[in-house]
Amino acid sequence: MAKAELPLHAPGTQLDKGYIGQSVPRPNAQRLLQGRGAFTDDLRFPRLAHAAFFRSPYAHAKIKKLDFSKALKSEGVIGVFDGRAVAEYCKPWVAVLAHLKGIKSPEQHALAIERACWQGEPVAAVVAESRTQAEDAVALIEAEWQELPVVVDMEEALEGRTVIHPEYEDNICFRREHDTGGVDEAFAKADVVVEETFHFGRHTGVCLEGRAILADYNAAEHSLTVYHATQAPHMMQDIFSRHLGIPEANVRVIAKDIGGAFGIKVHVYPDEMATAALSVMLRRPVKFVADRLESFLSDIHAREHRVRIRMAVSKAGEILAFDLDDLTAIGPYSVYPRTSGIEGNQVVNLTGGPYRHQKYRAKMNVVFTNKNVTCQYRAVGHPIAVALTEGIVDLAAQKLGIDPAEFRRLNLIADDAYPYTFPSGIKFEQLSHHKALDLLLKTMNYRGLREEQKALRAKNIHRGIGLAAMIEVTNPSPAFYGVGGARISAQDGATLRLEPTGMVTVLCSVTEQGQGTEAIFAQIAASAVGVSLEKIRVITGDTGVTPYGGGTWASRGAGIGGEAVLLAGRALRANMLAVASQILKMEKAELDILNNEVVNKLTLESKMALAELGRVAYFRPDTLPLDFQSELTVTRHYTPRQYGFTFTNGIQASYVEVDTDTGFVKLLKHWCVEDSGTVINPMLVDEQLRGGVVQGIGAALYEECLYGPDGQLLNGNMADYLVPMSGEMPDIVCAHIETPTRQSQLGAKGVGEAGTAGAPGAVMNAVNDALAPLGARVTAMPFTPERVLKALKKV
Amino acid sequence: MDHAVEATLTVNGKEVRRRIEPRMHLVDFLREELGLTGSHIGCEHGVCGACTVRVDGQIVRGCLMLAVQADGCAVETIEGLSDSQELSSLQKAFHERNALQCGFCTPGMLMAAQELLAKGSRVSRDEIRTHISGNYCRCTGYQAIVDAIDEVINGKG
Amino acid sequence: MKAPAFAYKKPRSLEEAFELIERPGAKVLAGGQSLIPSLNMRLSQPELLVDITGLPGLAEIRLDRGVVRIGALVTHTQLENSEEVRTHVPLLHQAVAHIAHPAIRNRGTLGGSVALADPAAEYPACLLALDATVVLYSHSGERLAGAGEFFKGLFETDIRPGEIVAAVEFPALKKDERSVFLELARRHGDYAIIGLAAHWGADRRFVYLGAGATPVFAARASGAKTLEQARNALKEDLDPPADLYNASKTKLHLAGVLLERAWTTLSKPH
Repeated sequence: MAKAELPLHAPGTQLDKGYIGQSVPRPNAQRLLQGRGAFTDDLRFPRLAHAAFFRSPYAHAKIKKLDFSKALKSEGVIGVFDGRAVAEYCKPWVAVLAHLKGIKSPEQHALAIERACWQGEPVAAVVAESRTQAEDAVALIEAEWQELPVVVDMEEALEGRTVIHPEYEDNICFRREHDTGGVDEAFAKADVVVEETFHFGRHTGVCLEGRAILADYNAAEHSLTVYHATQAPHMMQDIFSRHLGIPEANVRVIAKDIGGAFGIKVHVYPDEMATAALSVMLRRPVKFVADRLESFLSDIHAREHRVRIRMAVSKAGEILAFDLDDLTAIGPYSVYPRTSGIEGNQVVNLTGGPYRHQKYRAKMNVVFTNKNVTCQYRAVGHPIAVALTEGIVDLAAQKLGIDPAEFRRLNLIADDAYPYTFPSGIKFEQLSHHKALDLLLKTMNYRGLREEQKALRAKNIHRGIGLAAMIEVTNPSPAFYGVGGARISAQDGATLRLEPTGMVTVLCSVTEQGQGTEAIFAQIAASAVGVSLEKIRVITGDTGVTPYGGGTWASRGAGIGGEAVLLAGRALRANMLAVASQILKMEKAELDILNNEVVNKLTLESKMALAELGRVAYFRPDTLPLDFQSELTVTRHYTPRQYGFTFTNGIQASYVEVDTDTGFVKLLKHWCVEDSGTVINPMLVDEQLRGGVVQGIGAALYEECLYGPDGQLLNGNMADYLVPMSGEMPDIVCAHIETPTRQSQLGAKGVGEAGTAGAPGAVMNAVNDALAPLGARVTAMPFTPERVLKALKKV
Repeated sequence: MDHAVEATLTVNGKEVRRRIEPRMHLVDFLREELGLTGSHIGCEHGVCGACTVRVDGQIVRGCLMLAVQADGCAVETIEGLSDSQELSSLQKAFHERNALQCGFCTPGMLMAAQELLAKGSRVSRDEIRTHISGNYCRCTGYQAIVDAIDEVINGKG
Repeated sequence: MKAPAFAYKKPRSLEEAFELIERPGAKVLAGGQSLIPSLNMRLSQPELLVDITGLPGLAEIRLDRGVVRIGALVTHTQLENSEEVRTHVPLLHQAVAHIAHPAIRNRGTLGGSVALADPAAEYPACLLALDATVVLYSHSGERLAGAGEFFKGLFETDIRPGEIVAAVEFPALKKDERSVFLELARRHGDYAIIGLAAHWGADRRFVYLGAGATPVFAARASGAKTLEQARNALKEDLDPPADLYNASKTKLHLAGVLLERAWTTLSKPH
């Protein structure tokens, strides 16, 4: 492994900061660079069987008959199974949580039994000696269907003339209303009221690695080992245990290398549950990897919203109130176990987030449709809340003739106003909106760009600048899921173990999907213990080995997992010094650990190598006092407690050029200023921001799952669903502000989703800024060339 | 019905002779038959680039070539090019600039970048972006990848 | 997505190839860049793939007496790198840069693209704009088909049973002739929303891709004297089919934009 050339203590940093704040290359990236990673589909097992699924071709239909006779005769087939067969091994689930009052969802089985409710829902499973043979057999399954009425349009779903589930009277999964009171009065006395309806296209994650699971049931032990591309191994351990009837500690979930997750891989999927059940049934390892076509049909979708928003403003430009009506279309089931009500909930919680207004009213409806299921996907609700807010803010600024940056400056919550309770009820510990705005305007040379824009307008070149201020939920407490009854852990733990040769192994319950979790844990551990970076090994993603915890989601890895590592590291250091003090017969307070050695704290003179400490502690404890026992393995846990969510803030800017003849939008540049508290590795944070921004650009310009009136997905392939590729992306400049949270010693907040939260709003505002002189405006994402041309009345 | 056809190819310098079902594409052959799991499958449509390997010195989509079509050809994968050190400057630059996150696109991205590097002439950032425009990355936002390739080809600091 | 089972043969001679392609359920395989994805998606269920990439003499580019003959097995990359093509058939050289990406161009062939006749493909429009000739081989010998009669319908060409595309012959660019290829695609290398192969020689030829089941020669626009007349005539020449993201009138509008840009480029003094 490459040696870290950087000094243990970078110049200018405090002595005990160690590697914190340094852009160290990730130690675990080497294997990925050589194609020597171990993704779930790379694993080989004796008697490994492969599953493929027969999926409903209809968006809504009764399953009248399934004929497996031809499929069973197909070469290599081990078995063909329907919903009833799998239900004998796997209990169904209902995705509701107690704190989402009134949420409802029907029971869902691993394989549909009576009817299929979306095109792509798995209805039967084939297990064969190879995936190819399994697919051959799937093609031979014959089915008789009775088509049922299909509900696709969200307004129609809300209206409820056709109700999808016979046990309900409507198609409403969840609704929520929030009212601070005084909203109508605020609008009545406002000088200006701006109003807009925004549409957000349905997205899918398109992780490059398809969803993958390899379940290995051992009948002799009644134990199940699942190699699972999941972000939350412990959550899955609990779910496999309860739904397959296997004692919890007999279930081990191991997440190997994961090829992108973004929230797509934190949910429970029926085909994956079926795969695990089939392993139990067949008593052999069974693997399922979702291919790209089935990924489009069955990976969770997200973000389909129609939102009407109104904002009341004084003529001086002060925001007085927001009023919004959000309608969002999910699939026929709420997704387990986090529910499909959270995204809409976030839109209600977060709209208007950066601003000082006090009056707020929101109404939200989450409706069932016969399209693919939806659930949490990177930045959950934020992209919508930010785009709505920033879009209506720009509209107001335009109406009042106030520069958009100035308008924001007038309304952003002051940097010294904290702690602060927001009208939706959320609480902010400490944000830095004004500092961020200043840094952004300076970094992007806002004045200069405005002049350039003006000069080019005279030449009929239409450029636009768009800003998007934002807040982001990170490091959630049990307030997110636990309080609702979900067995999802909001605490995490880290075990640090000194090896005899002086290396340190870190086992942590937070997981890695490429964002650099293991690298920052190594940096934190090395700094906390006093060893150099190459002495650290990190293991994550194995419920049999790490402490119990929540895994990766809601941007919690650095803040929560990192804190557990820091606490364990400091405790291990103390225990090592206890051993050293016995060996050296010196006071613990006289000693410290620096650069792999025990040193005299004052003189920094080396007293003993850590390898020597390890040798004595593990192999020669007979040389230590009778009543002394070395404890060189330490575990610590951490839960964020004071704030339900640790909010971060940021602000982004987009600079675009719109070709008003073709409607094409060229992205010239993008900026992202982010305050995520203590930054452990600036380079990793920058790449997380950039990756997030590009996903957000996908939302603004390219991505939308298109459904026909019969609930058929029309563009479910890589040629027709447009993901951002390098040729169209701008360079993205990132800058950091650090306002540490006081809830932890590390002070780190989260940052993984920030880029995605702000980019769609920034790009939308830039496009509209470019179109403004032409009297055109776009409000339905993605802004395809046709939508831009329509706004310009050219088609 | 057995349609298997005998094929002899060189993979990372070693001769391989097998009876192969015609329908098996090259990347499945490399992964399943030879255990070379460094080349990845992302779409099987030929669009994402995760399966990019080198055949007779040129990059190809491993999912769009039948393994039997590689009869008589020299196939090189990420494992071979790593061991031969041919990719070492790109790998070092990618590592130092964090031009990868999950690593799933990385072997394909490196193979594509190597073809540009091998052309031997300086390229602009736009040309780099165009050259890798067929390699999908969901994690990084592409910029660090462009920076890394820029550094290796054009020698920037 | 694994392909269904099929047999595979790689003939070493044209005679062997002609016999194989006439077998029931046989399909010709060259670069495979369009065929293999359709197999992977189980959109196609051939009995037998006949791999013609081993046939001799079909991968050359030759300029001879004012005609550039490009073999069917010439890959897009070869075509892109060819000095003869860049100098004598610059329209093709401009078009090939829009075809997918390097890894696809290394395998995909001219013959494959011409035989598939995808309405959004670049080459068929170039063939029509340049009035190229498709050379077909069968056991009866050689047959020539002008581009105008070769592209018949959606993925339908004039290739008869027992024939393979052997080459395409393009007239070499004459002294005062100019051509330009323009395309609009959402992302680099994507299938075009609409594209224009424009050639100005003795007369003007504007040929669109993505505007119909086959490449569409915009006859009235081509015959117009001024740009304004040409733009007005376009709506009578074209009735583009809508796609997932663009209504017919959006495509018509974009076709007009390309027309104007091509006209402006081609009108510039040499």
